[in-house]
Amino acid sequence: MRLMRQPVVRRIAQAIVVVWLAYTLTFILLNVLPGDAALARIGSDTGTDDISPDKLEALRASLGLDKPAILQYLDHLGALFTGDLGVSMRTGMPVSGIIGGALPATLGLAAAGFVVAVAGALLLAVLTAWTKTPWLRRLLSSLPGLGLGMPPYIIGPLLVMVFSFGLQWLPSSGSRTSAALVLPAVTVAIVPGAMMAQVLIASLEDALAQPYATTATAKGAGRLRTVVVHCLRNALMPALAIGGVVVGTLIAGSVVGEMIFSRAGLGRVMLDAVNNVDLPVVQGVALVGAVTVVVVGLLVDLLNPLLDARLRTPSRRAALVGAL
Amino acid sequence: MTDIIESKPPEAPTSVAEVAPAPGRRLGTGWVGYLLGRPDVILSGLVVFAFLVAAIAPGLLSHADPSLAVPADKLLAPGSAHWFGTDQIGRDQFSRMVHGAGPSLRAGLLTIAVSLGAGGLLGLLAGYAGRFANTLIMRICDAILAIPGVLFALAWIAAFGASATHIALAVGIASVPTIARVMRAEVLRIRVSVYVEAAHASGVRPAGVLFRHVLPNSWRPVLALAPLEFGQALLAIGALGYLGFSDSKGSPEWGSMIAQGQTYVVVAPWLLFIPALGLAAVVVAVTHFSRVWNGSHA
Amino acid sequence: MSEPILDITGLSISYSSGPARRNAVVHGVSLAVPARGVVALVGESGSGKSTLAHSVARLLPANARIDAGSIVLGGTDLTRTRESRMRAVRGKRIGFVPQDPMMSLNPTHRIGTQIAEAIRLHERCGNAEVSGRVRRLLLDAGFDAGNVDRAAAAFPHELSGGMLQRVLIAMACACGPELIIADEPTSALDVTVARRVLDHLQALVERNGCSLLIITHDLALAARRSDRVAVMTRGRIVECGPSDEVLGSPTHPYTRGLVASMPRARATGTVAGAPPPDAPALLVVDRVTKTFDVPGRGELTAVDDISFAIPTGGTFALVGESGSGKSTTARMALGLEEPTSGSITFDGQDIATLTRAGRRGLRRQTQVVYQNPYRSLDPRFTVEATIAEPLRAFGIGSRREQRARVRDLLDRVGLPGQLARRRPRELSGGQRQRVAIARAIAISPQLVVCDEPVSALDASVQLQVLDLLTEIQRDLGVSYLFISHDLAVVRTIAHTVGVMRAGRLLEAGPVEQIFRAPAHEYTRELIEASAAGAPVAT
Repeated sequence: MRLMRQPVVRRIAQAIVVVWLAYTLTFILLNVLPGDAALARIGSDTGTDDISPDKLEALRASLGLDKPAILQYLDHLGALFTGDLGVSMRTGMPVSGIIGGALPATLGLAAAGFVVAVAGALLLAVLTAWTKTPWLRRLLSSLPGLGLGMPPYIIGPLLVMVFSFGLQWLPSSGSRTSAALVLPAVTVAIVPGAMMAQVLIASLEDALAQPYATTATAKGAGRLRTVVVHCLRNALMPALAIGGVVVGTLIAGSVVGEMIFSRAGLGRVMLDAVNNVDLPVVQGVALVGAVTVVVVGLLVDLLNPLLDARLRTPSRRAALVGAL
Repeated sequence: MTDIIESKPPEAPTSVAEVAPAPGRRLGTGWVGYLLGRPDVILSGLVVFAFLVAAIAPGLLSHADPSLAVPADKLLAPGSAHWFGTDQIGRDQFSRMVHGAGPSLRAGLLTIAVSLGAGGLLGLLAGYAGRFANTLIMRICDAILAIPGVLFALAWIAAFGASATHIALAVGIASVPTIARVMRAEVLRIRVSVYVEAAHASGVRPAGVLFRHVLPNSWRPVLALAPLEFGQALLAIGALGYLGFSDSKGSPEWGSMIAQGQTYVVVAPWLLFIPALGLAAVVVAVTHFSRVWNGSHA
Repeated sequence: MSEPILDITGLSISYSSGPARRNAVVHGVSLAVPARGVVALVGESGSGKSTLAHSVARLLPANARIDAGSIVLGGTDLTRTRESRMRAVRGKRIGFVPQDPMMSLNPTHRIGTQIAEAIRLHERCGNAEVSGRVRRLLLDAGFDAGNVDRAAAAFPHELSGGMLQRVLIAMACACGPELIIADEPTSALDVTVARRVLDHLQALVERNGCSLLIITHDLALAARRSDRVAVMTRGRIVECGPSDEVLGSPTHPYTRGLVASMPRARATGTVAGAPPPDAPALLVVDRVTKTFDVPGRGELTAVDDISFAIPTGGTFALVGESGSGKSTTARMALGLEEPTSGSITFDGQDIATLTRAGRRGLRRQTQVVYQNPYRSLDPRFTVEATIAEPLRAFGIGSRREQRARVRDLLDRVGLPGQLARRRPRELSGGQRQRVAIARAIAISPQLVVCDEPVSALDASVQLQVLDLLTEIQRDLGVSYLFISHDLAVVRTIAHTVGVMRAGRLLEAGPVEQIFRAPAHEYTRELIEASAAGAPVAT
């Protein structure tokens, strides 16, 4: 399997451009458009916006806000290359440190959620495609629709109510034990799992209707074999296409999930930052989230040729033309 | 001599159409009969209807004042006096739910106006206006999409504050890429269809082809997304409310009601249960109803 | 006669299209396939032939049901067989060759693996034995020894349609079945490739001593390749007998109609409206070449140094198989592509030198009728809007005048006036194509490019549309550039013919000359493949 050099390089370059654009967008959003960041900063600090103009100017200068926007942008961009995401306006600590400390916890939760989501989606999709009973199929294929209406902040507290306080099987908060991971992982997995299940169910149904599925049956393959061995692989491709969106949803879900289950992670960091208008931290978290999504999306795209032989090297057709 | 198996002509023409069977039994004729066989449609229709009534004319459903706090009546379980119980400062939950519908509806509509409008336009340009426009718009969409939704919204709120307009803008803009992609995909597909080429060949100019053929055939799938997007908007706005960002503190925003309910879940589980399931029910009902309406059945 | 290997008696099948609605698709059909015999089942689309074929191996979708009758395969009644037992029948006793070779193989599995699966599903064999058998099957399929391993390791998209079809045939024969059912085995293939595939299939069947049931819409093919022919329409078999009898002296009116509408069966060579003898050429293509730059593959020469002329009021047919360059040539004639070298002259003027206004004028004088009537009309436009569109585009006439003209045109193409308000989905393929023709002649162009205008239509409808085109030419004096892969069709409508292959124009000349005395080997092959064999109906 040889990947062509060109498309890979192009894809990576594209990813870099997207990250840069995301950064620029957040920069514009947070530094250029709104009112005076210094004012907001002081306002949130002292609870009043009654401040002397001199002090305001001094603060602005210290925060680098007196320079024209484009210079600020370039400064920040340059700092980015060295891994410097700025300093928190509230604590003065480097943003990269704050985020770096909280990121692993969030990624861990997102990963756990991913595993649950994929397992659930595959199981549901295969079951739906395999069963021949119409009412069962209808029931199963309506489940993802329900799942999409159950974001973490709805399902999470409900699960806590039932499993923590009701049945007392699992803890409702905490970040240490693996038992404490169960409910959060399931909570975070519902929406992405539903998205993947929806796509998989549709594409499996599509694959089953393809001529090659009939050929497999005509050869004597049973239904389960046809679904799993023949159709699933073909059906995975459209599901991979939503990989990026799924990751984004997982991260967003993890952020909220941490708040629901009182877990340490980026959720707390982001929420505090927004409430305190700590813009560098807000920007940092948003950027880190974007980078994660882009990187995963890139990996998924590069993985595609592995699944689908049609996307690999130019066909060996020419060599086989004289074969007959 | 060949045998004639069938010498008389066959009767009514038979069709080979293979249509997937519609679910439910047909108990009667017309759409009353259809409805009777589809309890799910009836249910989601009722929920949507109730939501709309609550949003547009809350007074019809609830006479109690949602912000009236009667501390003596705090944390009452659902009963005849208070259908949904009361919260920790004695406010009637039923009327709070009902009065929360209106702001949700408005916010949701504003959100989809932004996402469908901006998204549709961007998608059209990306699909029709040439390579450069396509690349530029698609990369920007990728960038917006890369930032996880809730983080994007929170960043926007950090910048502009949590007013109703900005919440709607935040969620709306976060959804623009999805819409733009769908629109662009449709436009691209239709651009290369045979009848568009035929229109070119018939002498219609490019602008004419765009407005008479490409646009009318491509905006339908996008419009069909509206209810789904509306549901997702409600959920996103609810998430922000849960995290503490809603138009005014203490407002009956369903998301913030859920957060509150979670605090008191041990003593008053209905405070959590009802808004959580209520929001979920409305979203599922809207999505399901629209899917059925559009013809594709679940 | 010995016991037939397949004996279908009184079979009725219906589909459900709603909770209480069933459509009967096959009515009380009886058909027998003798041991070591070849039977062809002929019918047009919608006749139920494919349903019948699929039902034998129980490959019908879930909403289909066998209402009555029996299917007996070598003594076993398949309608009374449990699904778990059917798995042992499919592949082992019945080999099914599906219709579309490009889509009938799993794109993510290698060829060798897929053939091996056909064996493994029914027999316990070691890996070495299985690979040995796969190799042998590929050799039998016609791959030569040096390429067999590469073919086995290849993915479906790396092989051509003809090769894929042979692989499918190999898979069907893998376990030595008693009966092979081939569902339109060659309708997706080019004519010359199809011939070779069918030869191969016939040889294989003879060698293995099994029986063959071929499903096809092509009566000529059926007659050529089988011992017995059964004709099916609307779910019933209306005639059945030895092939040359069915074709030579059909008894049932439907069969008669079918035989009569086979294009080459018509009176030979007389095209309605003989070419105006000294007509100046309307379109002259002079030494035109077109090359494309394909990223990653270099240059592709689609059209290589071709020259021909279209007479005013006459028809020039460009014949070739897929990939021959005929479509690219047509696009250049319309001014939609620019030749890389050479010139195209329309009505005395070189197209390359046209100004913007000049191009617009060219657009006015050249219109197109496309191949697929299901896709060339905007589904949202009414018939009236579609036909009036060129009038609108060129600003011809007022609204009322346009509407009147649309009525005239509908009349001209033989469609009732009330169809004006309908939408394409309410019309049949033939009707849609007539609408497309009406649109093409709406602004009275001098040249109409007909790009395979009848290939997507049923045989009986094809004839009607061709007649219409001929009539219009006679009345309006319009010229046609007629693109087709089917020489038989071409014979009825063209005055001059050009044969293209791989971008080159092999030969060109008056139609009868090409047919009676083809200069090129390839032309001869094309003629034979499309019109060979069966006697002309009296």
